[in-house]
Amino acid sequence: MPEPVILLDDLTKEFPTDPPVRALSAINLRVERSDYVAIVGPSGSGKSTLLNMLGLLDRPTSGSYRLDGIETTMLKDSARTTVRGSRIGFVFQSFHLLPHRSVLENVMLAEVYGGGSRKGRRERALRALERVRLSHRVEFLPGRMSGGERQRAAIARALMGEPALLLCDEPTGNLDSKNTDAVLDLFDDLRAQGMTIVVITHENEVSERAARRVRITDGTLAEEEMCTRATC
Amino acid sequence: MHPRDLLNEAMAGLLARPVRSVLTTLGTVLGITTLVVTLGVAATAGNQIVGRFDELTATSVTVEVPENPFPLVDWADVDRVTRLRGVVSAAALAESNQSANLTVRSNDMVDPTRVTDQTLTVVASSPGLPAAVKGRMVEGRYFDAGHIARGDKVVVLGRHAAKMLGITRLERAPAVFIGTQAYTVIGVLGDLKREKSLASAVMLPPAVGKRYGLSTVTRVLVNTGLGAAELIAKQAPAALSPGNEALLQVISPASPTRARDAVEDDVNALFLILGLVSLVVGAVGIANVTLVTVMERIAEIGLRRALGAARRHVAAQFLLESTLTGLTGGVVGASVGIVVVVAVCAAKQWTPVLDVRLAVMAPAAGAVVGLLAGLYPALRAARMEPVNALR
Ligand SMILES: Nc1ncnc2c1ncn2[C@@H]1O[C@H](COP(=O)(O)OP(=O)(O)OP(=O)(O)O)[C@@H](O)[C@H]1O
Ligand SMILES: [Mg+2]
Repeated sequence: MPEPVILLDDLTKEFPTDPPVRALSAINLRVERSDYVAIVGPSGSGKSTLLNMLGLLDRPTSGSYRLDGIETTMLKDSARTTVRGSRIGFVFQSFHLLPHRSVLENVMLAEVYGGGSRKGRRERALRALERVRLSHRVEFLPGRMSGGERQRAAIARALMGEPALLLCDEPTGNLDSKNTDAVLDLFDDLRAQGMTIVVITHENEVSERAARRVRITDGTLAEEEMCTRATC
Repeated sequence: MHPRDLLNEAMAGLLARPVRSVLTTLGTVLGITTLVVTLGVAATAGNQIVGRFDELTATSVTVEVPENPFPLVDWADVDRVTRLRGVVSAAALAESNQSANLTVRSNDMVDPTRVTDQTLTVVASSPGLPAAVKGRMVEGRYFDAGHIARGDKVVVLGRHAAKMLGITRLERAPAVFIGTQAYTVIGVLGDLKREKSLASAVMLPPAVGKRYGLSTVTRVLVNTGLGAAELIAKQAPAALSPGNEALLQVISPASPTRARDAVEDDVNALFLILGLVSLVVGAVGIANVTLVTVMERIAEIGLRRALGAARRHVAAQFLLESTLTGLTGGVVGASVGIVVVVAVCAAKQWTPVLDVRLAVMAPAAGAVVGLLAGLYPALRAARMEPVNALR
């Protein structure tokens, strides 16, 4: 059996505030290749904190996180950065597009820090934008675009470099149902190609199309039985 | 990370806020301009002073011998000056009011209608005169100790005097008449660098000069090696007239080094300090603005880290941005500075002296200022934890 993409073992994160905040307590999670996991839970429950852990943006207080079989909690900062850049794609809650750069440049930025060649970068970025149906906004500045368009630009950037793991914080928060469907169709495509997707969401529509749903409440994680349209 | 990507990101970072970037360079522009103008004008002015104190002036010493009841300097005394260490050549000269305007005529009387009478200055000199005036015998030779000892009635003409008298060739031993006395012309002296008035004079050996009141030495011309003038000016009077040195007047060049130092001390120090202060202010300005920029771009730093940027990549970008800011300031400052130097030179009618090294070093100095100014902000940016930067 191959190594799972994500393997969390008693992962705990405590913020050293006064009093300390235990945002994640002893989380256990196993995510296989091509899994599509939705993380749900009330505001402040620790969803974003968990996603930061999964994306190697923050270090846990204790516990273990194996990514593709590699124990990441022991890695040095530079090694974590390399893993992050090469294997993980992010779609942030607040997009984080650079305001002074065109959509195309924003997408191309995803390949700047890898060792990849500059050749063909533009074409790859254009293809990623095509996948999120944004080919008509290529030269726009993010400020001139709607929230939904920005979100799709952020998704296109995450797809550049073809990460093994795609982490999304509310990826459809600003999309109407038509565009939400389009993005979810895209996720299905990506899964079919072997990409592993973890999505934080409030929307039932998104979590319903996920194969798995986990719920975080006050920093503890629980697997939820899938409630398909048929059983509900 | 590809260097071109790094440059690309840094340029984009600067161009995102063009007005701010331009304003940030101003301090460096001011500092570099001040430095370039100060150094450029100083070099040019220094060169002017050196130019005025050229080699000829710097090595010429003249000793004036005043009238005295008994002769202060004897003709043979010049030899003692010649023997001083540092003296290249020396000659004694006798001039008098009586001999300043004598009628001289050549014997060439083919055309009686032509006026061949000329009013010329007649002087007596020791044999070393051609060397002492740094001249050259255009024709013939100068009289020597033998001519003097024998009391030969010979003359040497200054080139201009020879021309006025119509004497060009010496093969047939032409003669000139001073008053009624005939003298054989044995040489023509030209190309004088000192005492150029002698070009239109008639030079006699001292022995025959007595007839025209040219019996005592009135002036001694001395040429020294470079840098020896000051010393020779002190030693020459005692060598010429032991015991009466105080009566002799020495004309020697002012020390060129001292004149130059004075200029540098007065003007340069102040402006150099001003330029350096502006440069420091410029550096603080760049550091300040870069720090503000880093703080404004925290989210961008977080994003870059999420996209795989290592700490050194983040540091490199901000360092490059501040260095490019400094470099731009340096290039603009150097250009403005050079224009000002040229303008000052045009106004003062100086020849501008532009050191190529200055034109290269000034932008480099600007870049270094930017680099140093960017160190702390870049460090701050690199230290940021990605998760905090993305919040
Ligand atoms: N740096 C921090 N220092 C202290 N406490 C923090 C820090 N970051 C998060 N927290 C706390 O940890 C808890 C979980 O935060 P998190 O951002 O993960 O919530 P969330 O589930 O993403 O909420 P939302 O749905 O509103 O985005 C919150 O109570 C928050 O106040
Ligand atoms: Mg959140």
